[in-house]
Amino acid sequence: MNWESWSAFWDMGGRGFFVWGSYGALLIAVVAELLSLRSARKAAIRSLHDDHETL
Amino acid sequence: MARTEQQSNDKFAGRWFWRYAAPAAFYPLAGKIEKIGWVLAVVLAAIGLYMGFFVAPTDATQGEVYRVIFIHVPAAWMTMVIYLAMAFWAGTGLVLGTRLSFMMSHALAPTGAIMAVVALWTGSLWGRPTWGTYWVWDARITSTLILFFLYVGYMALSAAFDDKKKGDRASALIALVGAINVPIIYFSVKWWTTLHQGSSVRPGSSSMATTMLWAMLIMTFAFWAYCVAAAMHRLRTQIIEREAGAAWLDGATK
Repeated sequence: MNWESWSAFWDMGGRGFFVWGSYGALLIAVVAELLSLRSARKAAIRSLHDDHETL
Repeated sequence: MARTEQQSNDKFAGRWFWRYAAPAAFYPLAGKIEKIGWVLAVVLAAIGLYMGFFVAPTDATQGEVYRVIFIHVPAAWMTMVIYLAMAFWAGTGLVLGTRLSFMMSHALAPTGAIMAVVALWTGSLWGRPTWGTYWVWDARITSTLILFFLYVGYMALSAAFDDKKKGDRASALIALVGAINVPIIYFSVKWWTTLHQGSSVRPGSSSMATTMLWAMLIMTFAFWAYCVAAAMHRLRTQIIEREAGAAWLDGATK
């Protein structure tokens, strides 16, 4: 095990800002992409069924 | 497609390719691939992150900050691989006229652009404590930034036409011409004197500790699975948008 405590883990040898700033940005990017995938799918299905109703 | 045309195509491309070139046939298969991709991404990321933070040792020269590598390198690899895949499908669409190929190309672009941003962002945060600067106009970093702009240009151009077919063709040209940038990124650390370090992993040899290397490779597969799943999801959405009016879609989306 590399870490003596959780605070040592979060501190990352004094480089926590850079390490967690990187992982945090990845997390934000992934969550944003997943949300956009979901909303695009919903919009596509909505307009598909709307088109049918107006026909 | 006419039966004779399909048969003559079978000779060089194989029957499976043409069967799944039909959006209606690929839609359910894409859904299965997507599900497998999400599961693999979650499982591999859990294993890779555990290894990266709890098994891989502290780096002798860089200390703990090197742990950015477990996401930086996979993101940088994926942005290059996705670009090549995008260019491949754009070229396939141009040559064979298969509309699913263009959709595949469009489905890959946003994920590739996100990977470029992640690679640049994490590289910047890693560069500050190790090189003393967030940014430098170094060959590898600059060419990766250009790759990001190519993705953006590709997406903007494909969306700029009211006629989707024109947009497909115009953007396919950007995808193909821009592909020359990928080998430039890859070899930039050899061709130019640069601040960016050389490859840590080369075929047959590696300068990294075994557990570090494994953590990085597992994370790469996790990224790979994630990108495949995201692209398949986006592809299915595109099929819904572009094939609207086809009878099979009604049942598939309800």
